Amino acid sequence: MNFINLLNALPGACAQGLIWGIMAIGVYITYKVLDIADLTVDGSITTGGATCVMLMLAGFPAWAAMLGALGAGLLAGLVTGLLHTAMGIPALLSGILTQLSLYSINLRIMQKSNQSISVDKYDLLVSLRYIPQAILITAILAVAVIAVLYWFFGTSLGCSIRATGANPNMSRAQGINVDMTKIIGLMISNGLVALSGALLSQYNGFADVKMGIGSIVIGLAAVIIGEVIFSKIFHNFALKLLSVVLGAIIYYIVLQFVFWFGLNPDYLKLLTAVVVAIFLAVPYWKGKYFTKPAVSAAKKEDKANA
Amino acid sequence: MLELKEIYKTFNAGTVNEKRAIDGLNLTLEDGDFVTVIGGNGAGKSTILNLIAGVFPVDGGSITLNGIDMTHLPEHKRARYLGRVFQDPMMGTAATMGIEENLALAYRRGQRRGLGYGISNAERDLYREKLATLGLGLENRMTSKVGLLSGGQRQALTLLMATLKKPELLLLDEHTAALDPKTADKVLQLTDEIVARDHLTTLMVTHNMKNAIQYGNRLIMMDAGRVVVDIRGEEKKKLTVHDLLERFHIENDRLLLSE
Repeated sequence: MNFINLLNALPGACAQGLIWGIMAIGVYITYKVLDIADLTVDGSITTGGATCVMLMLAGFPAWAAMLGALGAGLLAGLVTGLLHTAMGIPALLSGILTQLSLYSINLRIMQKSNQSISVDKYDLLVSLRYIPQAILITAILAVAVIAVLYWFFGTSLGCSIRATGANPNMSRAQGINVDMTKIIGLMISNGLVALSGALLSQYNGFADVKMGIGSIVIGLAAVIIGEVIFSKIFHNFALKLLSVVLGAIIYYIVLQFVFWFGLNPDYLKLLTAVVVAIFLAVPYWKGKYFTKPAVSAAKKEDKANA
Repeated sequence: MLELKEIYKTFNAGTVNEKRAIDGLNLTLEDGDFVTVIGGNGAGKSTILNLIAGVFPVDGGSITLNGIDMTHLPEHKRARYLGRVFQDPMMGTAATMGIEENLALAYRRGQRRGLGYGISNAERDLYREKLATLGLGLENRMTSKVGLLSGGQRQALTLLMATLKKPELLLLDEHTAALDPKTADKVLQLTDEIVARDHLTTLMVTHNMKNAIQYGNRLIMMDAGRVVVDIRGEEKKKLTVHDLLERFHIENDRLLLSE
């Protein structure tokens, strides 16, 4: 329990949090804006990482490899979108189907289950070897992503995507093609997730076919932590996206604390799931047990009468 | 002009729950007709509105609006020509979006939605002006989330959204049924004003026979998926609830009448 160790681990946690923050923004778009729980992300984050690493190994510069990863993510989102809208499969199941098929595709992209890329031989954009630089670059990227999305969701098209999530009936009545808006939303979401996967594989120096397992839960954790902590003060859409990134950073810092206290890292995924479960339950409990006194009193009266 | 020809619709065909909702319905609305629709539960009133709007497809027949065959157009494409207000005040607006954002969505009905501004300052002035005509003070709450409004306010807003871009046909599906009597009257008056001002062709479903007689220039009654009574012109003007009950031997059916 050396306090210096903890301090030393914090910058790394920040860098990881920023990378996952971009991924969590993607989750926010489906989960919060479109009101769809999209499980494609467990696959598309790996697709992004695999595409990026393979393109860089083939000699492409980092920016081109990341654009390639973004494109692969957009395609993954398109597949889920088509399964859901054109084939009428429930959104949750569509995501699971795409996620499963991406496992094979990711293996084919990498040709084996793990491909490493050395920061010594390749010009990586971010690496855990140079954490301050990684923090700076990912922070700039996160801000750029937020700025572009803030602009986009203010356009006519962006507004129609928000309307689709808020009220699909009303959207159709106002002439919005909700199939189209759902597909576009899913594509943007998975594009960002893949971009985050590209950053993650560079940061770690490898892409692994299993790197995406449980990432939806980490994304949700970031979204929910950000919302619980910042929703009272952040109302603007850009600030809400920022709170998602901050949520991811907080998540990784908290993890560092927990491990510093000596928890076995094997419990990582269990801990994440528990954190998400608790944060999801809090608003529910609040609504159930801490509503306005008048309502509670009426309920008690009903019970007394019953 | 709206022309419905030989419309058929059966729900749950081939099951024990099979229900023939619309049974060879014919109806023609002239331009500027304000038609009130009454009928018991299951008569097919809401179904015919949903068929016109394209919520589900017809089994047979054709729907033509001002020369355009809409029978097979998807719902979002028909929306270009239609203004709709629903029974449920929650259904016509996006609760988590602002008043002005909702209006901006309605203002773009029938247009391609690209990367232009979702809402411009010039539009805001127009919306403020239009909201002021509702007399609910909403013009001072343009950025408030619609979820904060009362049911009556939401219906008034939905009505404004439905008519912001002049629709070729306005569909009102019991749009005051979920409101208290005073608010319902207010929304109905607003409806009447807007329909008269913009000379809108309108189909208004109602459970309230008094309203059906008071408003519009034509009244139809539906039963078992068909139009069984069609009263218009002078005859409609003179009509009373008593006449209607007498003339068509309607018992004071609790299902049919709200008073």
